[in-house]
Amino acid sequence: MPILQKSQADRSATFAFWAFVSPALLGLTVFTLVPIVWGFLLSLSHAQNTIHPGHFIGFRNYADLLTDEAFLKSLVTIVVFAVFIVPLTFAVSLGLALLVNKVGWGRSFFRTVFFIPSAVSYVVASLIWKVSLFNGLPFGFVNHLIGLFGVHPVAWIGTAHPPWYWLVLVTVRLWLQVGFFMIIFLAGLQEIPKSLYEAASVDGAGPGWPVFRYITLPQLKATSVSVLLLNLIAAFQAFDEFYNILGGSGASIGNASLARPPLVYLYSLALSNQDFGRGAAGGFILTALIFAVTLLQGRIFGFGGSEK
Amino acid sequence: MRTNDAPLLHTQTGFVNWHGSRRDFLRGVTVAAGVLLVGCGHSSVPGARVTLTQWYHQYGEKGTQEAVVRYAKAYTALHPDIAIQVVWVPGDYGTKLSTALLTRGGPDIFEGQITKPMVTAEQVAPLDDLFPPAVRSDFSPRDLAQNSVDGKIYGLKMLDDTGILYYRKSLLKAAGLAPPKTMDEVIAAAKKLTTGTRKGLFLGNDGGVAALINIAPWSAGGDFLADNKIVFNTPQVAGAYEKMRELSDSGALLIGAPTDWWEADALVQGQAAMQWGGLWSYPTIAKALGGDVGGMAWPALETSGHPATFLGGWSAMVNAQSNQLEEAKRYLKWLWLDSPKIQEDWCLGYGFHVPPRLSLARSAAPLQAGVAAGAVKDLNSWGRSLPPEWNSAMGTALTDAVTNILKEGRPAAPELAVAAKKCERELSRLLE
Repeated sequence: MPILQKSQADRSATFAFWAFVSPALLGLTVFTLVPIVWGFLLSLSHAQNTIHPGHFIGFRNYADLLTDEAFLKSLVTIVVFAVFIVPLTFAVSLGLALLVNKVGWGRSFFRTVFFIPSAVSYVVASLIWKVSLFNGLPFGFVNHLIGLFGVHPVAWIGTAHPPWYWLVLVTVRLWLQVGFFMIIFLAGLQEIPKSLYEAASVDGAGPGWPVFRYITLPQLKATSVSVLLLNLIAAFQAFDEFYNILGGSGASIGNASLARPPLVYLYSLALSNQDFGRGAAGGFILTALIFAVTLLQGRIFGFGGSEK
Repeated sequence: MRTNDAPLLHTQTGFVNWHGSRRDFLRGVTVAAGVLLVGCGHSSVPGARVTLTQWYHQYGEKGTQEAVVRYAKAYTALHPDIAIQVVWVPGDYGTKLSTALLTRGGPDIFEGQITKPMVTAEQVAPLDDLFPPAVRSDFSPRDLAQNSVDGKIYGLKMLDDTGILYYRKSLLKAAGLAPPKTMDEVIAAAKKLTTGTRKGLFLGNDGGVAALINIAPWSAGGDFLADNKIVFNTPQVAGAYEKMRELSDSGALLIGAPTDWWEADALVQGQAAMQWGGLWSYPTIAKALGGDVGGMAWPALETSGHPATFLGGWSAMVNAQSNQLEEAKRYLKWLWLDSPKIQEDWCLGYGFHVPPRLSLARSAAPLQAGVAAGAVKDLNSWGRSLPPEWNSAMGTALTDAVTNILKEGRPAAPELAVAAKKCERELSRLLE
C-alpha cells in the first residue's frame, strides 16, 4: 500500500530529523538558552556568594553598574581599544591578503605562515609578549633591540606616562588575529571574476590604485563588512590579553587599573567578589552594547541588505 | 528506503568499525555519557568508609605538595577507614575555590582567607569547638580575629606569612648607606643604588601599588575598615599615597621583571639592590646570597609613624555543606592542632612561614636568629591584616584610586573620597 509506505517513510524521515537535530538542540538549550534565562534572573537578584536567583531586587544591579565609574570607564577603555585594533587589523590583513594573492610561487607557504599565529592560545601569546618580548629588563627582547641604538630600557607594562602597554596589547592581538582575517580576505579576493580586471585593463585602467579602488575594494564589500563585524565583536569581548598582561586578580592587580575592559571588570566582580547578580547584569549591558554597535554598523555599511 | 544505511558509518568514516544496530549505538552512547558524568563527581578511595577531599593552592616551595600528601597518608594510617584526597590547585585558586563552593561538589576541607560573605552564604562551618581555652590562648589575638566573623571562628590558621624589605648589605655599604628608617630614606637609598643595569628597589611590576597599598598607610597610622566603617579617607592616608608617588616618580623602581615581588629573583639576580618580598623566600635568598642580605619591616612613613608589615597566610576551613563535617573537623584538629611536628615541618621545612601556634613559634630553631628572627619580631609588633568584611570590590576601588594617584599624578584627597564612597556602597551591600 503506497500510502502506508509513504507515511512510514515520513516517520522515518521525522525520526532521522530529530535524531540529528536533537543533540544540537539539547546542547543549545542546556549550554545557551538555560544559562541566558538563568543569567537574566540572576541579574535581577542580590546574588552574593550564590548562583541561585531568588532575592529579587528589580533593576538595582543594572542601576548600580550604570552609575559605577569603574564600569563606565571600562566601556570607554574597550571603545578606545576597538578604535585602535579594528582598523589596524582590517588594513594589515587586507594588505597581507593582497600581497599573498599576488605571489605566484609559494602562495600556500605564505598563507600558512601568516595563519599559524591564529592557532596560538591568547594566554600563551600574552605571556610571551609580557615576559620575553616586552619585559622591562635590559635583556628583554625589545629593550635589547632598542639598546643597539643606544636607547635606555623601557618599562613597557606598568607606567601610565607614556602608556606603552597599549603597544603591547594591540600588537599581541594583531599578531594573533591578522592571519585569520587574511584568509577571509583571500577567499574574497579569489571570488572576484578575472573578467572585471581584464575589462578594466581594456578600458585603460592600469594596475595599482585605480583598479584597487574601483574594482577590488567594492567587490570585497561583503567580505569587508563581515571582517569588520567579527573584529569589532571580538574586540568588545577582549579579556585574555588584558587579564594576562596587565593582571586581573591576585596580588599584583595594580596594573589592571591602567586599562580594564568590561569583561575583566565583570570577571573580578562576579568571580573574585562572588557577586553574580551584578556580574550577570553587566553581561547583559555589554551584550546590548555589542548588539547596538553591530546594528549601527550594519546600517552604515548596509550589511544584510541586497547586493546592488 | 536506501539499503546501504547501515554500512554508511562503516565505509565512510573508516575508523568507526560499526556492525551493530542503531539501538546498540544509542545504548553505547548513553553508557559512555554516564561514565563521563560519574567521573565528574566525587571519587572515593576503595577500602575507605569516608573519603575527605582537601584543596590546597599551589605553593611555590619545592616539596610542599609531597608534604601534604604525606600528612594525609599518615592520618589514613592511623584511621584506615578515612581516606584523604588531596587536590593541588594551580592558577587562580581563589576563583576556582569560590566556584567549587557554589556547588554540591565542593571540597570538604580547603584553605583560604575567610570573608564575611562566605559565612553569610553558609559555605564555612564554625570551628569554635576545636578551640578550647588552652588552644585559643596559644594563638595570637590577631590570628583569631582574622579568622572570626561575628564572634565565631571559621578558620584554623596553618601558617603566618609576613613581608620583608630585603636589601643587599654589600651594595648599601658600598654606597655609604645605612638601612633606611623612613620612607624618605627609602627613596634616597633607592635613587643612590640605581645604576645603568640595576634598579634601586623592586616592589612588584605594578610599581608597588599592590604591595604597599595597605602598608604605606599603616606606616603612617592609617587604617581602612574598622567597626564596619570605611576609615581611609583621611589626610594621613592621602599623605602616605602622595609619598608613594614620590617613590614611584624617582625612576629608581624596577618595573617589568619576569617574576613579581613574591618571588626573590629580582634581588637574587641583581636586578634590584632592595626588594619587598615575603619571609617565605628567605631560605632561597640566604642560599643564593649567603650573609649578604638584611631585612626589616617596611619603614615608617615619617619619624612620627612606625614600621609596618602584613600578617598574611592561609587558614584551613571546613565546608559547611560537607556530608562528613565531623570527620573533616577531626582530621583538621589532628593535622594542625594535635601534631606540632607536622606544623613545624609545614611552616619551616620548605619556605619560611611563622607557625601560628605561639608555643611553636617561640621554640622553632630556624626563627631564632638573623633576618628570620627580626621578621617574627616585626610581625608580632606591626603585623596587620584587613578584616573579613573587606572584599575584593573594595580592593578594586582603592587600587583604582591609588593607581590614579601614583601613575596619573592626580591629587590624593579627591581620589580617596571617590573610593571611600564606593567602598561604603559595597560595605552596605555586604551587610544587608
